[in-house]
Amino acid sequence: MLCDNCGKNEAEVHLTQIVENEMTTLHLCPACAADKGLGAGSSAKNPPLSDFLAQMGQAAISDEEAAVAGPCSYCHTTVDDFRRTGRLGCPHCYSVYETQLRAILRRIHGSTYHLGKVYVPPASTGADRSARLGGLRRKLQRAVEAEDFERAALIRDEIRELETAVDV
Amino acid sequence: MKPFDLATMPDFGLNWLDASGPHSDIVLSTRVRIARNLQGYPFSVRAKPSDRAAILAAVREVLDRTSPLADGVIVEIDQLDARKQQLLLERHLVSRELVGESGKEIPSSAALVASGHEPVGLMINEEDHLRLQSLMSGFNPQETWRTVDALDEELGSELPYAFHHEFGHLTSCPTNCGTGLRASVLIHLPGLVLTKEINKVLQGISQVGLTFRGLYGEGSEVIGNLFQVSNQTTLGKSEEDLIDHLQKIVGQVVDYEQQARSVLLRDAPNVIDDKVWRAYGLLRHARALAFDEMMNLLSGVRLGLSLKLLPGPSVYVLNRTMVFGQNAHLEEASELSLSASELDIQRAKYVRTALAEAKPSVGL
Repeated sequence: MLCDNCGKNEAEVHLTQIVENEMTTLHLCPACAADKGLGAGSSAKNPPLSDFLAQMGQAAISDEEAAVAGPCSYCHTTVDDFRRTGRLGCPHCYSVYETQLRAILRRIHGSTYHLGKVYVPPASTGADRSARLGGLRRKLQRAVEAEDFERAALIRDEIRELETAVDV
Repeated sequence: MKPFDLATMPDFGLNWLDASGPHSDIVLSTRVRIARNLQGYPFSVRAKPSDRAAILAAVREVLDRTSPLADGVIVEIDQLDARKQQLLLERHLVSRELVGESGKEIPSSAALVASGHEPVGLMINEEDHLRLQSLMSGFNPQETWRTVDALDEELGSELPYAFHHEFGHLTSCPTNCGTGLRASVLIHLPGLVLTKEINKVLQGISQVGLTFRGLYGEGSEVIGNLFQVSNQTTLGKSEEDLIDHLQKIVGQVVDYEQQARSVLLRDAPNVIDDKVWRAYGLLRHARALAFDEMMNLLSGVRLGLSLKLLPGPSVYVLNRTMVFGQNAHLEEASELSLSASELDIQRAKYVRTALAEAKPSVGL
């Protein structure tokens, strides 16, 4: 398939967008895509969300904040690295850039609080277990409301198992 | 764990083709993946080859104790030739990231693990250390999620994941953190495309926290009227809520598609009948087929089957043709490297044979 723009080169970038209820698909060669600011082979060079994230990162992280935050003491990822790639370097980055990330996460997800399963690492403490029990009880409630009794029974067994473990 | 051998397992990872799932005439497949990272290592983007090797070794060590995977298969990506890597990509079993972007070096210690008896597995050393995934036939978000969840429970009890009390599971890209869950369906919407209602529907789903992509995921175009619909956010909602929401909204899309098909049958029965049979005729007799053309024609036949305008072939044959009619699959079958025009000829030949074997009874 040839590029919709120049009609000369093979189209490699396919952009589907919806503008005012109309879906259009553009097939572009890397050069024309770059001209349109889509970046030649952008998915190959940059992770797809990086531009979007980089923009948000720039907006959410002021230069003053950037000057005081990081780099990450563990993996050495700097604010600029994150702005450029949209990727964090290691789990510790989430602590180093906590304040800035909270703003970014709110914009991406509309929330910063994980409401899913509470994870208990293999060598877990009592506190981890009670957090997990809370999560499981919520899950049980939902299963009962949904009348999914098979699942409810499994969750109940899991709760019993954990309760016994906490007592020990 | 067994090594990967395509010769003895030609349908590796393709259980979903059998069209056994709910609504499989409209929803081809449901996929759920969750992203996990191990404590104590940098994310893949910063990981050194030695980190990546250590992660692979740590996961390998627990696989034999993990019930869904103990009888499974492990595929080390850098041990495969380029064609087989491409073939796994065409089966949606690995991501572009895992097999290396075109022209880039293959990431070291990248691997795919698949269960021997369940449609579940994981990618190792992808953008995140672990990407647990399940792929099932039809419209089945709940069961697909439960299958991945069960694997997650087992792996998480052996391998310490990076987890934050507020942000949940930590991922390299903050768009995935929290649950790390992405649930998607591959859905065939020719009725909505033909009645020009599709843009409204796609815009509607994007307003309720879902997003759509083409057949090959992020950045790929929509071909053959196939759309991948998935949740957009991963944080701030429980896994069950994300799955229920997808179930509910995609259920509505399936209803709209069925309504659109009824409208087409009522208002333009002859046009649709002709379109379906022409698509079938071209697939049965064409001597060269580009991939996009094949996909568009298969879409016509798929619609015809669902509307009972065509007595056969089965949805299974169409699903299979769609997978085995891709470039790397054609090259693998012919054991040759083929040029673009040779591929189109080979594709037409493959499709003719596949449909001839599943010929609908004549005389309709």
